[in-house]
Amino acid sequence: MDLQIALILGQDGVVNGAVYGLIALALVLVFSVTRVIFIPQGEFVAFGALSMAMMQAGRVPATLWLLLALAVLTLVVEAWRHQRGQPVDWASTVVWTLGLPALASALVLLVKPESLLLQAVATLALILPLGPLLYRLVYRPLAHATVLILLIVSVALHGVLVGMGLLFFGAEGFRTPAFSEARFDLGGIPVSGQSLVVVAMAAVLVVAMFVFFERSIVGKALRATAMNRVGARLMGIPTELSGDLSFALAALIGAVSGLLIAPLTTVYYDTGFLIGLKGFVAAIVGGLGSYPLALAGALLVGQLESFSSFWASAFKEVLVFTLIIPVLWWRSLNSRHVEDEE
Amino acid sequence: MTSRHLTLACIAALALVWGFLPEFTLTVMSYIGLYALVASGLVMLTGVGGMTSFGQAAFVGLGAYATAWVCTSTDVAGWLPAGFPAALLPWLGLVLGLVCTYAVARLLGTVTLRLSGHYLPLGTIAWGLSLYYIFGNLDVLGGFTGLTGLPPLTLGGFSLASPLHLGPVIWAVLLLALWALNNLLDSREGRAIRALKGGRVMAESMGVDTAHYRIKLFVLAALLAAVSGWLYAHLQRFVNPTPFNINIGIEYLFMAVVGGAGYLWGAVLGATLITLLKEQLQDWLPRLLGSSGNFEIIVFGLLMLFVLQRFADGLWPRLAGWSQAFLKPSAPSARAVAASRLDQRVLPAAGEVLLDARAVTRRFGGLLANNNVHMSLKAAEVHALIGPNGAGKSTFFNMISGVDTPSSGEVRLMGEAMQGRPSRDFAVLGLGRTFQHVRLLGQRSVLENVALGAHRRGHRGWIASMLRLDRAEEAALLAEARHQIERCGLGEFADRPAASLALGQQRVVEIARALAGQPAALLLDEPAAGLRHLEKQALAQLLNQLRAEGLGILVVEHDMEFVMNLADRITVLEFGEVIAEGTPAEVQVNPRVLEAYLGGELNGAGA
Repeated sequence: MDLQIALILGQDGVVNGAVYGLIALALVLVFSVTRVIFIPQGEFVAFGALSMAMMQAGRVPATLWLLLALAVLTLVVEAWRHQRGQPVDWASTVVWTLGLPALASALVLLVKPESLLLQAVATLALILPLGPLLYRLVYRPLAHATVLILLIVSVALHGVLVGMGLLFFGAEGFRTPAFSEARFDLGGIPVSGQSLVVVAMAAVLVVAMFVFFERSIVGKALRATAMNRVGARLMGIPTELSGDLSFALAALIGAVSGLLIAPLTTVYYDTGFLIGLKGFVAAIVGGLGSYPLALAGALLVGQLESFSSFWASAFKEVLVFTLIIPVLWWRSLNSRHVEDEE
Repeated sequence: MTSRHLTLACIAALALVWGFLPEFTLTVMSYIGLYALVASGLVMLTGVGGMTSFGQAAFVGLGAYATAWVCTSTDVAGWLPAGFPAALLPWLGLVLGLVCTYAVARLLGTVTLRLSGHYLPLGTIAWGLSLYYIFGNLDVLGGFTGLTGLPPLTLGGFSLASPLHLGPVIWAVLLLALWALNNLLDSREGRAIRALKGGRVMAESMGVDTAHYRIKLFVLAALLAAVSGWLYAHLQRFVNPTPFNINIGIEYLFMAVVGGAGYLWGAVLGATLITLLKEQLQDWLPRLLGSSGNFEIIVFGLLMLFVLQRFADGLWPRLAGWSQAFLKPSAPSARAVAASRLDQRVLPAAGEVLLDARAVTRRFGGLLANNNVHMSLKAAEVHALIGPNGAGKSTFFNMISGVDTPSSGEVRLMGEAMQGRPSRDFAVLGLGRTFQHVRLLGQRSVLENVALGAHRRGHRGWIASMLRLDRAEEAALLAEARHQIERCGLGEFADRPAASLALGQQRVVEIARALAGQPAALLLDEPAAGLRHLEKQALAQLLNQLRAEGLGILVVEHDMEFVMNLADRITVLEFGEVIAEGTPAEVQVNPRVLEAYLGGELNGAGA
């Protein structure tokens, strides 16, 4: 290996690491707010990429039918809860079950976007509401369950979504056109415009999330819920809405990640799982609690993956997933006293 | 007819009809047995121990690949001495599979099980994926095509080549495993395993090394999976990576959860349901959906979500509930065993210092929760720790019981420095405690809860418990537990589930549990809260009696009448500092104490 190859691999690692970083942020966010270890995060990535690919092929993405079905189901559940006298936040319900699905349907069925940008917008409108709808249908009834049960639920949901992915998109993979066809030459290293788009977009999202959590009242409310659920509720923060919002953000981040990687690699219906798990390895570096450490972990995972694909490509996945062992070992060194789990 | 009779009748019926079943049914039955073996390990892990694993399929794979490699590799044949009987190769493969599985599970357990519970399952997902790719990419293991041409198992020269002959072996192994696991759960070690789920702080305070037990339980589940893999390899006679993928690992968990993750028979029920359902779905779904693929995962996933939301305990308890209509409850085993003698502690002489806290300080960030606190507890005295809410009593209590470590200062128990040592070491040295928020295993009987307190007075291990070699010790432990329950006045409740008692009574159960460990020092956190007047009197009488026997008792309590009548010495905390120490009479007239409790300046108190 010479320096040039090392730099190319390093660049690949940064691009992949940026995507894993986004996923890791979403996972940390969802876990800290709702205690859900959200294994299906990767499915948002695959659904986003494949919905985009289907629109480009001039077909209606089947995720639209999933979205509409979930919206109707959620409406039924909320009406039933209303009937039983449970408090229902109708404003947010209307946004998730009517507003966004209507927007997505209009974009996909009526506008039939031709431009990349509008197709991307339509994809985001399709995927984003899936987050809060799945939260309400799947996780909310179990809001008081243990982390372990919620994790098992996540794995079950992952199974359902992957199976549906196969049904919707078939077993073959897709690659979408790049957002930027530009090519640069940085000191002899070829850099594709798409790579820059990925890194820039990831940076923008990270900064936007930072500003959202530090400056906006809603972001602060989410942070408060993450720190102390009961305390936040006593302060009048609707913790249910926190669940909605964190899942919406996770779905948004997942869909954006899908759009970003689809031009770089062929995406299959089950690609999301591996991407999501790499995000997990990154998030675990920060103990599922620290955003900066999760980002650092993502870059580490990206580099490890990229260099191991050069040295031992058959064992690329093995090396990346085995990284979790030394990481966990390192974390366990810092925990001295046993603590009770919720 | 009791449920035990029904079980035996079912096994006998199965054995009788086995020879007459069609080949296809025999194959399905054999697979159900194999899957149930894996699922039973998951029941122990998930439903009983409160952990879980998505990577059990990888352990099955280790067991299968180990024997496949040993039986087919020319390298292995070369290393073995000439004339090594071929019939023994599968047994060599079994040993190799168990050794590899043990090593991997031990390593994974060691790095994850000291962390919170969700790191183990996440680790097993990663490990399950890794191993799948390792199987698929190692040429020596045949890559993604796998290894073929495995010999059948032979037992005493008799070949077990077909499901007709191997099936009974599989089911015998399964039933044996269920019997052993059932025995394990019904023992001292089983109580400790169940305690893992009830909160690790409590289990540690009873002297259980929770990390060690979690690792052992994980290794046990992994070994069961490896045995299943070994049998699988010799049933299939070839192996490839597909059945050991993470998806199958998730399916094993579905079996355990759908069947009932807290019940050993739930594993068999779940394995049966999922296997039969999968058979049907693989038939129907492609026809229904017009394309072929692994669609049954959608149905399994939805089924799982439904079960978790509606029947959190799985389907087995439902089935057991229906069958109660025509089954008599099983009588507790009547075989009388002479109880062995438990470890006895020699209590220190009255007045000897048991617990000594010197200059204990605890900071949480900028908050000084305890500042330079001195306190000692002597044998044969009742020492009360009082103070207004937020005075730092609970923090201090945690530090003298090993739940937390002081930022500076010293805690000595029986003369030994204890800073940084886990609470189970405190239990071994003779410290028993109760909790402010009751920590009992609500579903288990009062007797079992109290017997957990005597954990460190017995020594029989997992294997002895599985083989029922622990009965004499178990009888002694239960007798001791019953004795302590009666002594605390709860004899009539001994066999009721702990959660069915009133809160005040549950606090007394905690005292009985602490006493079962025969402590020298007893730490009680608000023992009188929630008790009625007569119950308080009975409690005071009990504590007086314990003091007379030589125990040192530290009580944190808000009920002043109770404290003042009982305590020999009182330490008063406010804002993390000791503001007074002395006899009840001294403390009652101490101006700083009056100020702390009544608030404001006591104007004119001295006038």
